[in-house]
Amino acid sequence: MDYAIEMLNITKEFPGIKANDNITLQVKEGEIHALLGENGAGKSTLMSILFGLYQPDEGKIKIHGKEVLINDPNDANKYKIGMVHQHFKLVHNFTVLENIILGIEETGLFGKLKNSEARKKVMDLSQRYHLNVDPDAKIEDITVGMQQRVEILKMLFRDNEILIFDEPTAVLTPQEIDELMHIMKELISEGKSIIFITHKLNEIKAVADRCTIIRKGRYVDTVNVADVSKDVLSEKMVGHKVNFIVDKDEAKPTDTVLKVDGLTYQPKGANKPLLNNVSFEVKKGEIVCIAGIDGNGQSELVYNISGIEKPTAGHVYLNGQDITTTSIRERNDSGMAVIPEDRHKHGLVLDYSVAENMILKSYYKPEFEKHGFIDFDAMNAYSDKLIEQYDVRSGEGSKSIARGMSGGNQQKAIVAREIESDSDLLIAVQPTRGLDVGAIEFIHKQIVKHRDSEHAVLLVSLELDEVITVSDRILVMYEGEIVADVNPKDIDVKELGLYMAGSKRGIGYEK
Amino acid sequence: MKNKSAGFFEKDSTKSVISSLIAILIGLLVGLVIILIANPADALEGFLIMLTGGFQEGMLSLGDVLAYSVPVMMTGLSIAFAYKTGEFNIGVPGQYYVGAFVALLIGVKATFLPDAIAWLIAIICGGLAGALWAFVPGILKAKRNVNVVISGIMMNYVGLLLVIRGVKTFIYESTGAQSLTVSTERAIPKFGLDVIFEGSSINFGFVIAVALCIVAWIIMNKTTFGYELKATGFNKDAAKYAGMNETKAVIMSLVIAGLFAGVGGAIAYLGGTGKAIQISEVLPPEGFNGIPVALLGFSNPIGCIFASLFIAYINVGGNYMQSLNIAIEVIDIIVAVIVYFASFTLFIKLMLDKFRNSKKHKTLAAKEGGNK
Repeated sequence: MDYAIEMLNITKEFPGIKANDNITLQVKEGEIHALLGENGAGKSTLMSILFGLYQPDEGKIKIHGKEVLINDPNDANKYKIGMVHQHFKLVHNFTVLENIILGIEETGLFGKLKNSEARKKVMDLSQRYHLNVDPDAKIEDITVGMQQRVEILKMLFRDNEILIFDEPTAVLTPQEIDELMHIMKELISEGKSIIFITHKLNEIKAVADRCTIIRKGRYVDTVNVADVSKDVLSEKMVGHKVNFIVDKDEAKPTDTVLKVDGLTYQPKGANKPLLNNVSFEVKKGEIVCIAGIDGNGQSELVYNISGIEKPTAGHVYLNGQDITTTSIRERNDSGMAVIPEDRHKHGLVLDYSVAENMILKSYYKPEFEKHGFIDFDAMNAYSDKLIEQYDVRSGEGSKSIARGMSGGNQQKAIVAREIESDSDLLIAVQPTRGLDVGAIEFIHKQIVKHRDSEHAVLLVSLELDEVITVSDRILVMYEGEIVADVNPKDIDVKELGLYMAGSKRGIGYEK
Repeated sequence: MKNKSAGFFEKDSTKSVISSLIAILIGLLVGLVIILIANPADALEGFLIMLTGGFQEGMLSLGDVLAYSVPVMMTGLSIAFAYKTGEFNIGVPGQYYVGAFVALLIGVKATFLPDAIAWLIAIICGGLAGALWAFVPGILKAKRNVNVVISGIMMNYVGLLLVIRGVKTFIYESTGAQSLTVSTERAIPKFGLDVIFEGSSINFGFVIAVALCIVAWIIMNKTTFGYELKATGFNKDAAKYAGMNETKAVIMSLVIAGLFAGVGGAIAYLGGTGKAIQISEVLPPEGFNGIPVALLGFSNPIGCIFASLFIAYINVGGNYMQSLNIAIEVIDIIVAVIVYFASFTLFIKLMLDKFRNSKKHKTLAAKEGGNK
């Protein structure tokens, strides 16, 4: 069998960091080839080189045995290479259809767009692969999960032969992941080749034929997936053995830290409330997890608790104090830390350095402010400490600009900032989204440690594994309501799925 | 990083300076072409005069360059400062003019103030008037999300017409159809600058302007307040999520920007050089000329000092070209063209990056070709 793509001895250096060091990746025609590596191992860089976003310093690329130069994404397109990026490349105020045809749109007289054929093709593809995308919805109005489907559609629409999926499952629900796996298998049966970038060993075992592992920018091995176990894969990836089970003691809940009472939220123009009479408590020393399929009100719940939005009715109490109408700053100061869902929009100022981002919520405190001036020495020292403690990898340490860091390391920086603020309540929304097993293990440990040192944790997660292994109590949300309050020990994934799909309600939550 | 010099050229600030210099060079070349077309006989000589104009009469010319740079330095600083929080302060001409009027009013009418401090109070009040003028777009943006460009333009015309009305009512000099001017005793003192730059119109206002640029730089880069402003400018959502008051940041940055513009207007009209507010419905050009200054200076307060000096230098040089009987309009066009191209710095910076990448790639391609 021929190779669809060969990337031979690729080396790429950035100031202060060798992102790729002599990496070779060979993808056979008609296979799903997984690319496995930790955050910052150089996977995204390697793929960006294949996609023409960067030029390699050394090495060559062959497509179907012929050596090629890929100068920009247009060249990549020419060779029928398509990519779903980890951070989507969509125009937010355009519709789904407009985004899909962007760049290859057909025009009629005076440049008028001719969309009808494109629309038909998009609808066909959407139906065929069960993507359920509304072509006229605006990107800014649809969920992250939906946005990703638009990205997939974009590739399919361009008839790409070599498809790169950069951590595609990070944002999908379990059912959606299954569907995606089906789609991927269907695609290769039609002769397409797939490069599948992921940290999730289950998914590699489920769909991939072969797997190339890289670590810290270097090539480790290429294996037949069927021949190796998950343990071997993870060990090759992180360089040491990984513990998949979250090690924790029984929770010992004490005082109530967060109390949500009858919270209802209906923004202007919405025809039904996005949050409907939500009530629950989170106590010191426990991890309460909000589970649910993406878009059932979890984001709105966090916005209302953290002060981004003001509720239509109901109250939020922190340590017994009514904080329903207080400012975000007051909430932070009275003991609330938030790891936000969208790290680029809310979590980081991407043009600031790591150090500046580390003090984003504490820059005005006496440790960092002296007579109105920022104490840069204190800031850098604090940032260095957090980088060390949380293993945040970047080219130039504290001085690195956040924008240039890999997604996983950006996330680690946010997790470090929020946990180290030592707030009574930690709200963690998808804290391990897009992270590798090593980093996930680490963050789960930190969250449990945080719980054990007398803090309350509200975890919002779409990952069922995470929901079940990390939490002490699970609240399931469905269409803006809490439909069940269960103990993770008494429930399996299947039953949880029923609650999440709205086909079952827990005791005390009947209609 | 292979060696130190490579690191130096990779630095963002170095790239900014280099691209500014290239932009200036292109502007000068285009200016040369225009003068060659308009006046071929005297073209080269005229061009030389313009290039050396800032030193034509030694310290006098140099002093004039410094004096001329003050208004655009302040309006440029105003735009650069507001731009850091992501707002485009197009209301600069209005803020500048209102500042000028209030300063003149105090300089001329507030005779109860002793001469020694009248100028200082006039400058401060001019600055406050500019700040007030910028506060309106600021509060509208913060509370009602009104586009600052729209409200800024509106405030420009409100300011312009009010100033004309004000001049006619309080400080009118009917024979010249313009405002009264401050007497030399009540003008901004020179504190010995007239000794160094003998005969030029420079005064202590230049020192104030440079000092304000430095203060603005310190605010931006060293204080928690500047940290908030920049965070808001880079990412409003993240700033809000982190508990910053992003509406306050927008208002404050515009108010401070307005203050700088107002001070610029005050200094320009308190020089004791006979500069008066004209009764014509034209916005002062110093306002809009702040835009190229901010662009050329990469929205950096220190950059604004050098950018305004360059623009002043070209203008003063242009004035000397009149000695060759080159029409003043042609000179204006040449100066405008140079300033226009000088504003292309950002574009050139992008081109530089692209060029660098493609060059790297070409050497790579050549290497690979050689291997075959």
